Amino acid sequence: MPFGLIKYALSSGHPAKRFLLARPELKPSYDVVIIGGGGHGLATAYHLARYHGIRNVAVFEKGYIGGGNTGRNTAIIRSNYLTPEGVAFYEESVSLYRQLSRELDYNILYSERGHFTLAHTDSAMRTSRWRAEVNKHLGVDSELVYRDDLARLIPELNLSEEAAYPILGALYHPPGAVARHDAVAWGYAGRAAELGVEIHQDTTVTDIEVTDGRVSGVVTDRGRVACGKAVQAVAGASSEIARMAGVKLPIRTIPLQACVSQPHKPSLDAIIVSGSLHVYISQSDRGEFVMGGSTDPYPRYQTSSSLDFIEGLMSHVLELLPHLSEVQVMRQWAGMTDMTPDFAPIMGETGVENYYIDAGWGTWGFKATPVCGKRMAEMLATGRVPALIAPFRLSRFENFDLVGEKGAASVGH
Amino acid sequence: MERLGAPFGSDIDRSESVSFRFEGAQVSGYRGDTIASALLANGVTTLSRSFKYHRPRGVLSMCGQDSNTLVQIGQQPNRLADRVAIEAGLDVTAQNYWGSLENDRLAHLRHFSRFMPVGFYYKAFYKPRWAWPLWAKLIRRIAGLGTVDLNTPHGYYDKQYLFSDVTVIGAGPAGMAAALRAAQAGAKVLLVDENAEIGGALAYARFDGAGELAEATHAELAAKIAAEDRIRVMTDTMCTGWYADNWLSLVKGNRLYKLRAGALVVATGCYEQPLIFHNNDLPGIMLGSAAQRLIRLYGVKPGNRAVVATANRDGYGAALDLLDAGIEVACVVDVRADPPEDDMSAALMRRHVPIVAGATLREAVPTSGGGGVRAVKIARLEGAEKAARRYDSFACDMIAMAGCYAPAAALLHQAGGRVSLADDSGAFSVHDLPAQLAAAGSVAGTNMLENVLGDGVAAGRRAADEAGFSVAATSEPPRVAEADASAWPIIGHSRGKDFVDFDEDLQVHDIENALAEGYRHIQLLKRFTTNGMGPSQGRHATLPAIRLAARRTGARLDETGSTTSRPPIGPLTMGHLAGRSFEPVRYTAMHFRHLERGARMMPAGAWMRPEYYGEARAREENIAAEAMNVRDNVGIIDVSTLGGLEVRGPDAGEFLNRMYTFAYLKQPVGRARYVLMTDAAGVIVDDGVACRLHDDHFYVTATTSGVDGVYRTMLWYNAQWRLKVDVTHVSASYAGANIAGPNCREVVQKLCDDVDLSPEAFPYMGVRRGHVAGIPALFLRVGFVGELGYELHVPASQGEALWDALMEAGADAGIRPFGVEAQRLLRLEKGHIIISQDTDGLTTPHEADMAWAISRKKPYYVGMRSVSIQEAGGLTRKLVGFEISDSDAPRPKECHLVIRGGAITGRVTSITRSPTLGKVIGLAYVAPDQAEPGTEFEIKIDGGAMVRAKTVKLPFYDADGARQEM
Repeated sequence: MPFGLIKYALSSGHPAKRFLLARPELKPSYDVVIIGGGGHGLATAYHLARYHGIRNVAVFEKGYIGGGNTGRNTAIIRSNYLTPEGVAFYEESVSLYRQLSRELDYNILYSERGHFTLAHTDSAMRTSRWRAEVNKHLGVDSELVYRDDLARLIPELNLSEEAAYPILGALYHPPGAVARHDAVAWGYAGRAAELGVEIHQDTTVTDIEVTDGRVSGVVTDRGRVACGKAVQAVAGASSEIARMAGVKLPIRTIPLQACVSQPHKPSLDAIIVSGSLHVYISQSDRGEFVMGGSTDPYPRYQTSSSLDFIEGLMSHVLELLPHLSEVQVMRQWAGMTDMTPDFAPIMGETGVENYYIDAGWGTWGFKATPVCGKRMAEMLATGRVPALIAPFRLSRFENFDLVGEKGAASVGH
Repeated sequence: MERLGAPFGSDIDRSESVSFRFEGAQVSGYRGDTIASALLANGVTTLSRSFKYHRPRGVLSMCGQDSNTLVQIGQQPNRLADRVAIEAGLDVTAQNYWGSLENDRLAHLRHFSRFMPVGFYYKAFYKPRWAWPLWAKLIRRIAGLGTVDLNTPHGYYDKQYLFSDVTVIGAGPAGMAAALRAAQAGAKVLLVDENAEIGGALAYARFDGAGELAEATHAELAAKIAAEDRIRVMTDTMCTGWYADNWLSLVKGNRLYKLRAGALVVATGCYEQPLIFHNNDLPGIMLGSAAQRLIRLYGVKPGNRAVVATANRDGYGAALDLLDAGIEVACVVDVRADPPEDDMSAALMRRHVPIVAGATLREAVPTSGGGGVRAVKIARLEGAEKAARRYDSFACDMIAMAGCYAPAAALLHQAGGRVSLADDSGAFSVHDLPAQLAAAGSVAGTNMLENVLGDGVAAGRRAADEAGFSVAATSEPPRVAEADASAWPIIGHSRGKDFVDFDEDLQVHDIENALAEGYRHIQLLKRFTTNGMGPSQGRHATLPAIRLAARRTGARLDETGSTTSRPPIGPLTMGHLAGRSFEPVRYTAMHFRHLERGARMMPAGAWMRPEYYGEARAREENIAAEAMNVRDNVGIIDVSTLGGLEVRGPDAGEFLNRMYTFAYLKQPVGRARYVLMTDAAGVIVDDGVACRLHDDHFYVTATTSGVDGVYRTMLWYNAQWRLKVDVTHVSASYAGANIAGPNCREVVQKLCDDVDLSPEAFPYMGVRRGHVAGIPALFLRVGFVGELGYELHVPASQGEALWDALMEAGADAGIRPFGVEAQRLLRLEKGHIIISQDTDGLTTPHEADMAWAISRKKPYYVGMRSVSIQEAGGLTRKLVGFEISDSDAPRPKECHLVIRGGAITGRVTSITRSPTLGKVIGLAYVAPDQAEPGTEFEIKIDGGAMVRAKTVKLPFYDADGARQEM
C-alpha cells in the first residue's frame, strides 16, 4: 500500500484536508475576478496565487466547479498539432500535465496510452504526414504509420479492405494521454482555495461594468464587486459573457456529444481517433469505453442528447472495433464547443482595458488547461502578453493573421 | 429443484425444463425462468463479486435494476441475470473474481478498505513520478466488470420506425388504465412494457390484506386490453431514451425501434429502495418486491426464515406473501414508531407475526463463509438519526427490505421534468413536464391502487385529447388517502460495510467523508465518490446520497437537488445502436465497366472512383502509361462524380457574380468560364466551371467532395440576397466522361453528327448541346489535363451507354481509360491546383497565384473585402511550381516540409515524376522570397535528409496552351 493511504487506515477520523470551503460572502472588491470555475479559470487562479502572489482573487461559477466542458470532455491530452504555434503551446501543456499530480498534490490519473489518428483516405494520409512532419521538426514524438504497423500496435483494429472506409494508416503520437478531468479541476481548486482564492459556486455573473474603456466591476446574482482586472474562461458561453463587456467574438457555439460504456476489464490501451469516421475512443482506468464523435450539425445553446448522434457514432465505432458489438452503453451527454474560424483558441487582450479573454476552445480546451492557467496568470500579473500565447490574440481575426488548426482538430466539424 | 406450486410461478412453464451452465456446472430451470431465478431455485445465491471489495453479491431487485446480478454470457459481458431468460446451452459465468466465484483471491481487499478511503486514487500513487504507471496498470486490471472478447463477431441488429397517436410506457395498473382510456377515445395506442407480461406490480405485489385485489384488477384490465383493437402491446420491450419531440428509442430482441410517440404517458413506476445497515449487501438480503417477484413470478422460495424491514404498507404485503409461500417470518421491523392499523397489519396480526415498531436494522450477521445471512440485529430508534446501542438479534436466512421509493423518472428527466423530494416522508412529486407528456401512477408519487388507476385514466384521457381525439369528460373516481410512509433512517455503522451504492461499494462514511472534504455540491459529491455512476446509474444510490448531503449542509432535500438522468435508460448494446450500419456508397453509371477493366477503386467523398487500372504491383507504370496515352493519343476518364448545379432565373448571372470571384454577367451563351469560390475570410473553398446555356441558365460544376457545401452556401446566401434564381443540385442526375488527347476529336466525331467539332466552330472553353451515339449530351471543351478534350455530360441513365460507345469508337485509335492518379499527374504537369490538396483551410487566391481568376471590375463577391485586405497586406507564403533536377535524389512526399534555417517556410502539396518531362515536378508552399523562378530551396524528407528543389514557372507543360486549344 502506498504511504499516502496509511494515515487514513491509522486514523479514527477522516484526516483529509477540506479542499473547498463553504461559499463565502462576497467581498466588495477583488484584485482579479475570474469568470468561470472550470479547469482554465481554476488553473489561472492557482497560478496567480501560487506564483504571482496575487491572492485577493474570486472565481465565479454559475454551477459547480468543473461542471462545464471540463467535466464533459473525453480527457485526451496530446500535442500533435499542425501549426508551429499550436505545437509549441500544447507541448508546454503536456510537460506541465506530466508533473501536475505532484504540483497539485492530487493524482489526476495521467496515463500515457499512445494516440492514433486514423486515416482512411489519401487526403487524410497527406494531412497526417503534414502533422507528423511539423511535429517531428519541432521535437514532438509523432510519426506516420501504415497498415502493417497498425496490425502490430492495435491488433484488434479492423484493418479489412472490405470495410466501408478501409484504414490506410495513422498519425501515431506515443505520448498521447488520458487523465481524470474532474481531478484536474479539483486539484487546482483545492490548492487555489488553500492559498486564499475564493471560489464561489452557484454564482452567476449577470453583467460586467466597463468605465472609460476599462473594466471596473462584475455584477452577479449575489451582488456587485469591484475588480482591478477580470478574465473570462467560460467555454460554451464565451460570446454571451464577452457581450456583457461589449466585446464581440467570432465564435459559433455548437454542442458536442459523447458517451461512455459500462465498465469492463481492460482491453483497449490506445486512444483511437478517426477524423473521417468522426470517432474517438479510449478505455478509462475504471474500464469504461469513452467515446465521442463530431459536433452537432448546427449551433445552439443546449446540451440535450440526440439519438442520431449515438446511432451514427456506434456504427462507426463498430466499423473500427467490431468486437465491441455486445458492449452496453451506459450514459450519453453533451458539452458546448466554441468554434473559431481557424480552429485555434483566443487568449489575451480584448480591447477593454484590464479585461482578458480565454475562449474559443472548441474541442481542445481540456488539454490546454495547465498551460492556459500558467500563461493567463502571467499575463494578468505582468500586464504583458506572453510570447507563447501572443499568436492566439483576438485581433488576429481583424488582421487575417490566423492560426490554421483545422487539420489537427480530431473530430469533424 | 424445489418450487412452489401454482398459482405461484406465473411466468414459468413447468412442463418444459431448460438446462444451461453457470460457472461450468449444469443448472436446470423452467422455460420462463431468468438466469437468477433458476440459480436461486438451485440454491445458488452468490451471482457476482462486487466492484471494489469483491464481496459476494446476490439478487437485490430481481428486475434488472441493480448491478449485483451482472454476469457474463459467452461473449456478452455485464448481462443482467435477473432479466435474461434462460435458454438451452447458455454459458453463464460470474464476473469480477480472481480464482473462483466461491474463493475469490481478491476478497481479501475488504481487509484493506481502511486504506481505500473515498477517492483514494486521487490521494496517492503519484509519487515518485514512475509509480503511477505501475499502479495504473494494476488498478485497471482490478477495475472493470465483464470481459470483452476480442473475437466477438459484429452481431446482427436492425432497426424499425414506429408511429403512434398515444404511447404508454409501462404496463402496470396506471399504464393499462391510461392505454384503455386513450383507446376508448379513438386513439391508436402503443403500450410498452419491459417484462414478458403486462401487469407490472399487479403481477407480483399485494395491495390488500386478503391478497385478492391485485389478481382481480390484473385480470380485468388485461382482458379489456386484449379486447381493444386500438391497443398494440409490446412486451419485452425496453424504452431506453426520450429525445426531443417525443422521439423514443425502444429495444426488443435485436431490434432498435425508433418511435414518434405522439402524446406520451410515462407510467414507469418506481424503484423500491434498499435499507442501509452493516452488511446490507449479503446474498439473501433483497428488496421486498424482489422476494415477491421470486415467489409470484417464478415460484422460488427466497429463504426459509425471513425478517421483513419496512417503512410503509408494502413491507406488510411482502411479509404476507412470504407467509403464503410457506416462509416463516421471524418479525416485521417497522421504522415508524406508531404504524397505522389497516387491512395489511390486521392480516399479519392474525397470523401471529410480531411487529417491532420504532426500530431499525443495525447489522446482518453473515454465515461462516460470508455468502449468506444468519441473523439480524435490530435496535430501537432514538430520534430520526440515532439508534439505541442495545439490540435484539433474530435468526433468519433472508431479509426483505421495503425502504421508501424513488421514481423511475429517467424519461421524465430527459424530457425536462423535475422531481421534488419532500423532506423525510419519502414522498415526491414531478413537475415541469412538457406538453404531450403526462406521468401516471407511482412514478408521479401515487401509491394506493385506487389513485394509481385514477391517475392512469386521467393521463390517458389527456393524452388522447392532445393527440386530437375529443374526449367527453367523465367523472373520475374519488381519490383515497395515500398510505402512510416514512423514509428509512440512514445511520452509519462503526464498522462500515453499510452500502449506499452497491455498484461502486460506497459506504455511509465514504459519502460523509467526501462531504467533510468539501465535495458538497450534489454533482461534486457524485463525481468525487462515483456514487450512482455505475451500471445501475444511481437507482438506489442517489436518494440516500441526497439525504446525507442535505443532512450535512442543513438544506432541504429539494434544495440539495437531484442528479440528472441521461440516456440510455437500461442497458443498450453498441450493436443495437449501430444497427446494420448502412454506409452510403455511390457508384457512377460506369462503375462496373471500371471493375471489368481491372480498376483499383478509391473513395472520393461518398463516391468510388478508379484510382488506376491494372495490377497493384505495377501501379506506377500503369499510371504513367495511362497518362502518356492521353498526351500522345486518346484517353477517357469517368467524371460523373463531379458536382453539378443548375442555376436558373433572371438573376443567374448576378448570382454567380456574387458567389464566385470571376465575372459572369457578360459571359456569352455557349461559353464556359472558370469559377473560384472564397469564403467570407477570403479562403479558397471550391472551384469548377460555369457554362452559360442561356441568358438565365448556367450549369455550374463543383468538386466531388465540395459540391454539397457549395450548394448549401448558395442557398444560405440567397436566403439573404433574395435574387430571382433557383439552384438545383443535379450531381447525381448526370454521368460524365472526359475524353482527351490529340486524337479525341476523331473519336467523338464518329458518334456525333449535330455538333460541329472543328476548332473554329467549337473553340476551347466552348459549350454545346448535341448528341453522342444518339444520347443527348452537353459538350464542354475544357482542359484540366492540358490536351484537346471534351467533357460530355449525359443523363446518368445513359452513362454506361456513352462509355461503351466511346470505348468502341476509340478502339481502333487505342483509347484507354485513365484513373484519378493519371489525371492528377497530367494536371500537375499543367500546373492546375486541386482544391484541398494544394490548398488548405487558410489558402487565399493570391497565395495560390490565382489573382487572374479575380475580377476587379465588380462591386462584390463573397470574400472580396478579405481578399483585398490580404492582398494589400502582402503574402506570408506562396504556392509555386518546383522541380528537382538531381535525378538521383530521393523523391520527397506530399506534405514534406520546406525548411530554411531551421524554420518551416512551407510544404510540398503535390509531387510526381513526370513521364512527359522525365523529371520530378511538384507544387509547394514557400516563403514569398523563395517564389521567384530559379530560387533554390530545401525539402526535409523522411529520415531528416534535405533535398534541393528549384522554383520554376508554371505550367511545366505546354506553356502557351497550344495543345488544349488545338
